[in-house]
This record gives sequence, C-alpha cells and structure tokens, in this order.
Amino acid sequence: MSTLQHRIGAALALLFALAGCTAPTPLVKKDTPSGPAAITTLDDRHVFPSTYKPYPGVPTLVRNVTVFDGAGGRIEHGAVLFADGKVVDVGQDIIAPAGTTVIDGSGKWLTPGIIDVHSHVGVMVAPDVKASSDVNEMTSPVTAEVWAEHSVWPQDPSFGRSLVNGGVTTMQILPGSANLFGGRSVVLKNVYAPTVQGMKFPDAPYGLKMACGENPKRVYGEKGREPSTRMGNIAVDRETWAKAVEYKRKWDKYEKDGGEPPARDLAMDTLRGVLEGKILVHNHCYRADEMANVIDMSKEFGYHVTAFHHAIDAYKIADLLQANGICAAVFADQYGFKLEAYDGVSENMALLYKAGVCVMIHSDEHNGEQRLNQEVAKAVAAGRRAGIDIPDEVAWEFLSYNPAKALGIVERTGSLRPGKMADIVLWNGNPFSDYTRPEKVWIDGALLFDANNPKLRPMSDFELGQPGERVFK
Amino acid sequence: MMPVYVAFVMALFAAPVLAQTTAIVGGTVAIGDGSQPIPDGTVIFRNDRIVAAGAGIAVPPGATVIDAHGKWVAAGMVAGFSSLGLLDIDSVLESNDTSAPKSPFGAAIDVAPAINPDSAVVGMERAGGITRAIVAPSSSGSIFAGQGAVIDVGVDSPPITRARAFQYVELGEDGARAAGGSRPAAYAALHDAFSQAEDYGHSSKDFDGRASNSLIKRPDAAALLNVLDGKTRLLIHVERASDIRSALALKKEYPRLNLVLVGAAEGWMVASSIAAAQVPVIAAGLSDLPEAFERLAATESNVGRLDKAGVVVAISTINMTEPAQQRRLNQQAGNLVGIGRLPGMTGLDWGHAFATITSRPAQALGMDAQIGSLRPGRQADIVIWDGDPLEVTSAPVAIYIDGKPQPTASRQTELRDRYMNPMRGNLPKAYER
Repeated sequence: MSTLQHRIGAALALLFALAGCTAPTPLVKKDTPSGPAAITTLDDRHVFPSTYKPYPGVPTLVRNVTVFDGAGGRIEHGAVLFADGKVVDVGQDIIAPAGTTVIDGSGKWLTPGIIDVHSHVGVMVAPDVKASSDVNEMTSPVTAEVWAEHSVWPQDPSFGRSLVNGGVTTMQILPGSANLFGGRSVVLKNVYAPTVQGMKFPDAPYGLKMACGENPKRVYGEKGREPSTRMGNIAVDRETWAKAVEYKRKWDKYEKDGGEPPARDLAMDTLRGVLEGKILVHNHCYRADEMANVIDMSKEFGYHVTAFHHAIDAYKIADLLQANGICAAVFADQYGFKLEAYDGVSENMALLYKAGVCVMIHSDEHNGEQRLNQEVAKAVAAGRRAGIDIPDEVAWEFLSYNPAKALGIVERTGSLRPGKMADIVLWNGNPFSDYTRPEKVWIDGALLFDANNPKLRPMSDFELGQPGERVFK
Repeated sequence: MMPVYVAFVMALFAAPVLAQTTAIVGGTVAIGDGSQPIPDGTVIFRNDRIVAAGAGIAVPPGATVIDAHGKWVAAGMVAGFSSLGLLDIDSVLESNDTSAPKSPFGAAIDVAPAINPDSAVVGMERAGGITRAIVAPSSSGSIFAGQGAVIDVGVDSPPITRARAFQYVELGEDGARAAGGSRPAAYAALHDAFSQAEDYGHSSKDFDGRASNSLIKRPDAAALLNVLDGKTRLLIHVERASDIRSALALKKEYPRLNLVLVGAAEGWMVASSIAAAQVPVIAAGLSDLPEAFERLAATESNVGRLDKAGVVVAISTINMTEPAQQRRLNQQAGNLVGIGRLPGMTGLDWGHAFATITSRPAQALGMDAQIGSLRPGRQADIVIWDGDPLEVTSAPVAIYIDGKPQPTASRQTELRDRYMNPMRGNLPKAYER
C-alpha cells in the first residue's frame, strides 16, 4: 500500500469510527463478489447527517382564506387543516377536530412556504466582511470537493429576515459562481439552529453548483491561468467530466469485481454522484449560446442539468430547455449589471412558462430573498401585458412547487397536498402586492413567526446586544 | 409595424412650436408632494410646465385632452441616488464613468459632461417611470467623489437639469478606506481639504496645488470653496449613528455647509438631531440587514421613523446588493406602505411614500420648486400608469418629460417582441425588428 493509499485508508477507518459513534449509516457495502465487507464507495450523503427535528406545533385549521395550493389550485373561502407537522386536509368545509386551533383567514391568503432554489444566505452573510466571506473557494476553477454546508454560518441574520419578511421556509444554499465547479449545495429548513446539521432538510439530494460565462474566465484569467475565455471554460469542464467518467468507471468496476479500491477523490465523488443522477446540477448561466453548449456537453458525458440559474437569455431558447426537460431559475426583471445579463427582459419568466418550461423565481442574495413573492408578481404582470395570461394560483408554482421539483423534494413539500410537510404562510393580503407581508409562518407545522406576537420572531445570536436589538427589522 | 420610437421622433419634429396646453383627465392623480391620491382628477400642463393638478379643475379651451379614466396620473419618479447616464454596464469598466481610481482629482470631478442620455439603460429606466435622476460619482482614491448632477432622462438632449448640484463625500467605512484606512484619517483629509480650499479662497494665485504630491489640486480646492460657502450642497455618505452625529457636527466648524445625508441606515437612532439640524436624508428604502458594521441597527422602519421625526427623507437604491434598478424605486416605496400596516413597524402612508421617490429627492437638493411634483410651475414630468404606481404589478403607459411625450418602448421591449414567437421563421431572428 502506498503512503497515499495508506493515509486514505486511515482516513476511511477514522470516518468509520466516527460514523459508528454517531449514526448507524451503512458505509460499507457488504456481500460484494470479492468477499464480505470490502470497502466500496462511501455514501457521503450521511457523513454530516441532518439533526433537524420539527418543532412542536398544534393542530391548526385556517379557514375562510384564499388558498393557493402551490400546485396550481385556488380555493376561495378555503380551509387548510394541518397537524403533527403535516398537511391533513385542504378544501372549503373542513370540520376542526376537537382541540384544533382555528384561525379566521378573512381577507388573507394562505400558501405553501416559499422555496428559494438559489440562496447564498449563510455563506454570503450579514455582516459582509472579509472574515465572513465563505462563498467562493477561489483557488481553483474546479472545486467540486467543497460543500456549501461547511461554510454556512447558522447565525446569519438573513435567515430570520427571509422567514419574517419573505415567507421563505426552505432554501438551497449554493456556493458562488467564481468556479466552473463551485461545489455542493445544501438544502435547509429556514429554522435557526446552532449547527448547520440542525437546519438540514432531511434526506434532500445534494446539488452541484456549476457556472458558465464571465465569472470563471475573469477570476482565473486574472490569475493568468485557464480558463480565461469561454472556450477555456468548456475545455476545463470537459477535461473534468472526462476524469469523472473514468473515476466512475474504476469505482463501478471495483464495486462489481472487488479487488484493490481505487484512490478516493472528494471532487470526483461529487461528480460521480452527478453521473449517477443522485446529485442535481444547478448551473449558473446567462447566455443562450452557453446554455446550449452546456446541454451538449451534458449529453457527451451522460449527466442531466436540473436547472439553469439566472438564465437571462432563456427566453431565446425556451424550446430547447423544454425539449431537454431543464428547469430555469430566473430573476423577475434584473438586467444589465454585466454584459452577459444585458439582454434581460421582464417577460423571461412568462415566455418560459408559455413554452412549458419548469420555471421558478430565485433570489441570489439576501435582500431579494425577502421579496420573492413580489418578484413573481412583477414577472406575471409583465407577462400579462405581453398577452401571456398566468393565473395567480398557477404563478405560485414558481415560488414553491417548481423549486421543490428542482431540489428533488417535491414529494415532501412545495404544495399543500395532504401528507406533505406543513410549510405554510398566512399572508395579510394578496401576496402578489407589495403592500402584503407574512402574518404567520409555519415550518413542519410549528408556528415560527407571528407578526402579532413579538415573541414569535427569530433573532440570531449576532444581533443580540447590538444597537437596535429591540427593534423589529 | 412602425417602431414606436420612430413614430415618436417623427411626431416630435412635426409638433408646432406654439404654446400647447394639454389636459389629462379622469385619472387618479398623484401629485408627489406628500398628499394622498385624488380620484377623478385633472392634470394640466402648458409646454414644459405644470399649470394645475387636482380635483375640480376646468379644462382650458383649446387644450388637447387625454383621457386617463381607470389609470393613474402621477409625478415622474426622481431617482434619489444613481449612476444613470454614467454607465452602460456596471461591470464593463470601459462603459463605466462612475469612478476614477487613478485620477489625481477628487472634489473637482464633475459628472455633467459625461452624461450619456442615449444609453439603452437610460431608455429602459425611463420606460419604467423614471423622469429625473440625481447622478453621483463614486469615490475611489479620495474621500471626495466629486460633483454630481441632476438630469432629466428624456430623449431630447441636453440631459442636464443642474450641473455640479452637489459634492459627494464618503465619511463612513468607505471614507475610511478611501482615506487610507480609518475614519480619523478621513476626517483629517476632510479638514485639510477644507483648510486648503480656504487658502485658495484667500489667495488663489499663491495656491500651488499643481505639484504631483499636493493633496489637493487647484480645481479640487475651487470646488470645495463652493461647498464651504454653502453654494454647493455637500452630500455625506454615513450610515452609523455616531458617524451621523459627527457629520452633523461639521456645521459647528463650517457653519455655511449645506448638508444632506446619504444612507443613514441608523438615522432613526438620531432622528431628532437630524430633524433639528434641518438636514435632509437620501436613505436606502429597505435596508434591514446588518450588512456592514456601520449598519448594525438597520431596519425597514428607518425611513418611516425619520419621516415621523420631521426629517425630509427621500429613498434611493444605495446599499442594494441586488442589481440596482432605479425604475423599481416604486417597489421600495410600496413596501414602506406595507410595513406601515404591521405591528411594531413604522412605514409611510401612500402620499408620503410616493413623495420619497418624487418631491423629496428634489427637495433634498433644494430643487422641489422646479421638479419632483405636479404642483403648478414644476417641469411637466408626468407618468400615466395602468394602476397604482406603488404596486409592482403596475407599469407606465405614457411618459412626459418637460411636457414632451417619451417612448415607452425600449431595447428590452424590442428584444421581447423579437422572441415573443419562438418559432423559427423563413429568416433568422436577426431580421426581425
């Protein structure tokens, strides 16, 4: 055994030991053809396991409320019953079981909690100072080995703002876009905890952040290394995928035939996960031509792009995205902040919807994340003016159902179907108005924000004892 | 289909140069002076000026009448703090004239000659309801960013409403950085610059200021002399409560300074002092996160509290980490109405909220007698909206600047129209326009 392999072996042994102390995760695949207990591949989805547990809630019936169910349904004078953290019933005339808290929702709206598929909360934090800058591992264009969850600062005040002002209940935290392969994402429940494990959405698939365009070529071009051009971007991408395919082949063979285990490579572990369809690709990309290049590249190496993010030009290739089953996570009307965003139009979202693309809103930063409902309102209004009618209740899919789909958690949240997580927002008016704010927010049925109860308003450790501590933010 | 822009330009050239009175009738009128919207109101303008706006106003004989039933007729938005006309694309430095890190000059820098009203960005922001803008340079090598301008964003040049309308100085964290690393260094630079400006004032021929190592160049000193005299307003960017106190205290030492605060995220903590000093504030509309240590007490209630304390407060896109669109100032103002309805928060009523994006920025620069509202005598900057202008779902349907109709089409609407039908035609999309 070489020194390197020895070290890896030792590290694996240590991992087994640690894992053995904490969770009975099956790290060793038994009964392989080469004999019992051969080391195959590490199921790293459970190396940093979620310790999130729903907080206690009470059975609750909100009635006489306008319901957008998140899956395109609308119920006037509707009612939603939830208990034990789950949606129980959605309709109009729901009888409250004994002991149920009943809330009158007259003049209010009830929706699934908003899911932000592109958040940097926790990794691009407030305060934004050098010491807190943990979003881009800007030392190599390929850093598929880093995981956003190891940068997440659970005390970022932004989590609370997105809950209270934005009704955001779930978010995917992504690494930045400096690198072609930025690293793994993590999906969080928007519930404060001292550790990121305490926020992790249980068993959500991981994502891989990738990036096209200006950022990688600028960052590494300025360092005098590849990539410094868009052709360099694709070249480094393809070289990396080629390695990943080879890595996967070695590990597949080893898993099948046994023998000496191949050397582990954490970056390649992530890419192998992508090639196996277990890790979902979230690709920052603005221009139509670059998205098309990425689609062809994904076919060359046999992976699927789950969603293009930002996707400023997506309206130009809506048919291509639709045909390839690729979602688009977009802004409402932002444009022009960089050359590759120069062609942004306010009708992007509506044009994608019209073409049958799975489209969703995203924030990319912590101020916009507090107003995603308003962003969709803008996009829908722009669409209607252009003759594309999107009913409000259908538009809520852009805020909950479609992002849940892109995150691989749509069977568990993102709409108000009985049995799903009771991630719910009661709005004090029509949520497609900028006069409206969340009145109550439940996550897994636990009431975690109530505008009428100062005690039901989270405040991170960072803000305690600071100027303005006693003021609602 | 004739492009709207071409049709508009032709209309312009065809227009007679005679006195022309226009009456916009039947809409909900939003004057912009802090008053509440007026249903079924009338707005009358003659040539480039507002004649009257409100309820029960008779339409003068011979006036061109525009029916605005079901619509809102509102003062055009005034961007409170922007770089409109100074850049095409923020990150494309070749197109960006906001700052000059390698320039030996600071206070002398004057944005006016660089304003490009033909930039597509100006057109897109105008189509969103912006009619005027306060345009400021950004600081880089000096705490003094230079002299900003007030512009109109109309298609007809020249764009300048007032050149050298103010001097912009950084005295918070950005000031510390520009001064070499600390706030005390920023204040040392400020006092030295003012003292040199006084020297220049006493005897300009004895003032050197041309040596490569001189801290203040002659034109910097000349520009700052106008600041010391109170002729040029001094816009000070400060956020922290203690920084605001220090900025206000400058008036003790330099009594003629005409101060305006920019940012002031923690302004609510010293609101009564700001009000007592009668210093206007151009604030962030919705800054509610401690994004910097100088903004630890940032709250969405800041603007509402400043207003309540009697401070003249305008809002702007300063401190926005999302790409700053001036045309979405109405969204910020709408949110200020929304938070006013929440327990424990302080927002604004509709009239005050709308004023923060119309007359208040003009007032902050002492120009509210000329622009920023539909009160008689103001420049006729009018936007007709298809709904409540503070709602994100509303959009302009007609825009007038100096009484002249403006295009509502833009580069963005042309892109949209080109791709409205995604089907491949007999020719590439490049032939569709």
